[in-house]
Amino acid sequence: MKRRDFLKTAAAAGAASVLPAPAVWSPAKAQSRQETLLVVSESGPNNVDIHGVGTNVPGYEVSWNCYDRLISHEMKTLPNGVQYYDRDKFKMELAEDMNVGDMSATFKLRKDAKFQDGTPVTAQDVKWSLDRAVTVGGFPTFQMRAGSLEKPEQFVVVDDHTIRVDFIRKDRLTIPDLAVIVPCVINSGLVKKHANDKDPWGMEYTKQNTAGSGAYKLTRWTPGSEVVLERNDAWNLAAQPQIRRIIWRMVPSAGNRRALLERGDADISYELPNKDFVELRDAGKLTVVSTPFSNGTQYIGMNVTKPPFDNLKVRQAVAYAIPYQKIMDAALYGLAKPMFGAPADAPTQVAWPHAHKYNTDIAKAKQLLAEAGYPNGFETTISFDLGFATVNEPLCVLLQESLALIGIKAEINKIPGANWRTELNKKVLPLYTNVFSGWLDYPEYFFIWCYHGRNSIFNTMSYVSPTMDAFIDGAGAAASSGNTVDYERNVKGFVDLAFTDIPRIPLFQPFSNVAMQKNVSGYQYWFHRRLDYRTLVKA
Amino acid sequence: MLSMVLKRLMLAVPSLIGVVIVTFLLTRALPGDPAAYFAGPAATKEAIEQIRTKLGLDQPLPVQFVGYVKDLARGDMGSALTTGQPVATEIRARLPASAELTLVGLIFSILVAVPLGILAATRPNSLIDHACRIVSTAGVSLPVFFTGLVLVYIFYYLLGYAPAPLGRLDVFYSAPPPVTGFYLIDSIVAGDWEVFTASLKQLVLPALTLGIFSLAPIARMTRASMLAVLASDFVRTARASGLSPFTVIFTYAFRNAMLPVITTLGMVFSFLLGANVLVEKVFAWPGIGSYAVEALIASDFAPVQGFVLTMAVMYVALNLLIDIFYGLIDPRMRIEA
Repeated sequence: MKRRDFLKTAAAAGAASVLPAPAVWSPAKAQSRQETLLVVSESGPNNVDIHGVGTNVPGYEVSWNCYDRLISHEMKTLPNGVQYYDRDKFKMELAEDMNVGDMSATFKLRKDAKFQDGTPVTAQDVKWSLDRAVTVGGFPTFQMRAGSLEKPEQFVVVDDHTIRVDFIRKDRLTIPDLAVIVPCVINSGLVKKHANDKDPWGMEYTKQNTAGSGAYKLTRWTPGSEVVLERNDAWNLAAQPQIRRIIWRMVPSAGNRRALLERGDADISYELPNKDFVELRDAGKLTVVSTPFSNGTQYIGMNVTKPPFDNLKVRQAVAYAIPYQKIMDAALYGLAKPMFGAPADAPTQVAWPHAHKYNTDIAKAKQLLAEAGYPNGFETTISFDLGFATVNEPLCVLLQESLALIGIKAEINKIPGANWRTELNKKVLPLYTNVFSGWLDYPEYFFIWCYHGRNSIFNTMSYVSPTMDAFIDGAGAAASSGNTVDYERNVKGFVDLAFTDIPRIPLFQPFSNVAMQKNVSGYQYWFHRRLDYRTLVKA
Repeated sequence: MLSMVLKRLMLAVPSLIGVVIVTFLLTRALPGDPAAYFAGPAATKEAIEQIRTKLGLDQPLPVQFVGYVKDLARGDMGSALTTGQPVATEIRARLPASAELTLVGLIFSILVAVPLGILAATRPNSLIDHACRIVSTAGVSLPVFFTGLVLVYIFYYLLGYAPAPLGRLDVFYSAPPPVTGFYLIDSIVAGDWEVFTASLKQLVLPALTLGIFSLAPIARMTRASMLAVLASDFVRTARASGLSPFTVIFTYAFRNAMLPVITTLGMVFSFLLGANVLVEKVFAWPGIGSYAVEALIASDFAPVQGFVLTMAVMYVALNLLIDIFYGLIDPRMRIEA
């Protein structure tokens, strides 16, 4: 008899033979697996409120499923059959109607939407939540600012079920920014009860409790080991989700996560090493879905403010010395989309990520290095984030070997995950690999973060070029005013410049990999790359 | 006895003060920046500074230290950023998990190692002596995470005898109402045999992993100490008087050989609590070891300080307990105290 059958029989026998005892005495009821989805992942949330101080990425997943937003995205089907969010098509969520005017957008709220405690969702709640997002500081405020949502005055309650968002400037990213995770609608009445002078936004309460209108509610959370979400049966914004309970367990060992999947105990998992995903895919016992990160690349960055990488020829030499294909094969097991080696005559697209035209060519790299005045090479260090060592370590070793061929002696500098951001922020690492991916899938959004002279933390190269800034700002302005010709000219301009100046060398677009049992379907790829439980179905 | 206990407790105070100061300074000396870590993936410099102010990390060190000691005096160990919970609550919830695992592992180890050591000592250089040597050497030289993964691979993945390595209980059971925090005891208190069996099943592999690792010191110490005692005059006298081998070995020799074994047990227990970290990672065990390591990786000060402090208190208590045991086993110790 299999364990699962045993559980079922035991549960049935238990239910049949024992009269309902007081709950305290029978907490060990084996529950039906059919309606429960067991998710295993490496790490869990540290805070279930995306507005919280330092909420980590797993926390976003809870927020996404437990709260609703005014609007969300429609899905489209990729050629490989994967459901993928449609950047350009918005779906109404708490709003039933969106009317975008010249300098404002008006949202009419659904009148039948209720929070999980039964109180209706009103425009006051929406305003309170958006005010909170732009006020609390840290990540949520900066994310809102990326869409020119900066001040509480921008959010105006017209009546109980109508809210207007005023624009402080024309920005194409404003509406998309209202569909990310941050502008979630919080039950302001409930949270205000738990707020005080020291904590006016009730952050202590929402850190541990969800107070939304979403399709799931948090029922148990043991930090570092387990999260349990139950379906909110009163949720009526879309079809009722099929899964009644989500049990999300943290299993730190990747080998065990794989074993749990293969034995059929866990239903779905991500964050496995690429090697495991490839083997699972080839074994064919599980469904494995791999989707490129939207608007994201892994790259080799170089600090352009200091020698030797302030020299364009040195950067080009590095770009010719990278063993691109070896990295794809040995470090990624093919699970990534190459961003190198475009044909020499390929025209520049109005798109990002975009493949560049460099290829591995050691002779050319040597020649460029000699022209740059380093015929005998030089010494430097390659740094990487140990938090992603399964990809980064082989990648850097391959790079190190290849650079040695042109005389560059590079030492590998492994930086623990906790220090990685601090080190990036100092902007002193000469040569390193890193990943950046933007939630909003627009080329200019990526470039504002990574190439603009404002020198954000993700412009890790400290690259400043007035021409580049003019292209990026020009593209932003053209997009807001709807000038397509101008927009395309500017986007092509900054993509070309990024490749001729080559301060960072894109390597590949990483894949987001999810493995699930064959009886689980309904997976959707979202810009945040976390699971949306609402559409998952277990047969 | 009471005065000895009090004296030992007094002696522990300076070491605890030392621990508080040293952990505070050490955590501050960690190279990471918690503000940058927790500012999230899209943070700018200003965002990081805002978080630093919120966490009070922009204050000078002495000010932070005074604040820390003040909180500590009230029993408040601060909040962990990695899990978002108060450290004291977390440690209270996780310590029983680690302690239960360590104790079961230790009991297993004693049950195997002590008889093995005695057998090896009574028959030196025999087959059983060599077996004892091989088992203990192999056990201690295999890293715990390796033993753990191999056990999971064989007993869970290949054979399917063991339950999924998913922590203290299978997903479809809920924990017994907490009394001691030890699931084995709590489920008996609640009279819930199903949960008892379920949690026992979960315990077997991780406890075995820990037990195998700690066989060596216990078995070797038992053997060495038994050999020494068996060679002593009073054992010869007992044998010459015609006492049965059983009486000689257990009543005369073993009782005298136990002192160094008990000392070793104390050491093994504390070092098992440390070895726990890796076992907890492999078996997704929600103990304090994995908690502290996760916090350390994230440069999260409060849990690291809380962990070290708890461990220090536990070591002091453990040593005290061992001293009391000494007195019970060996009357000479009582007189000296």
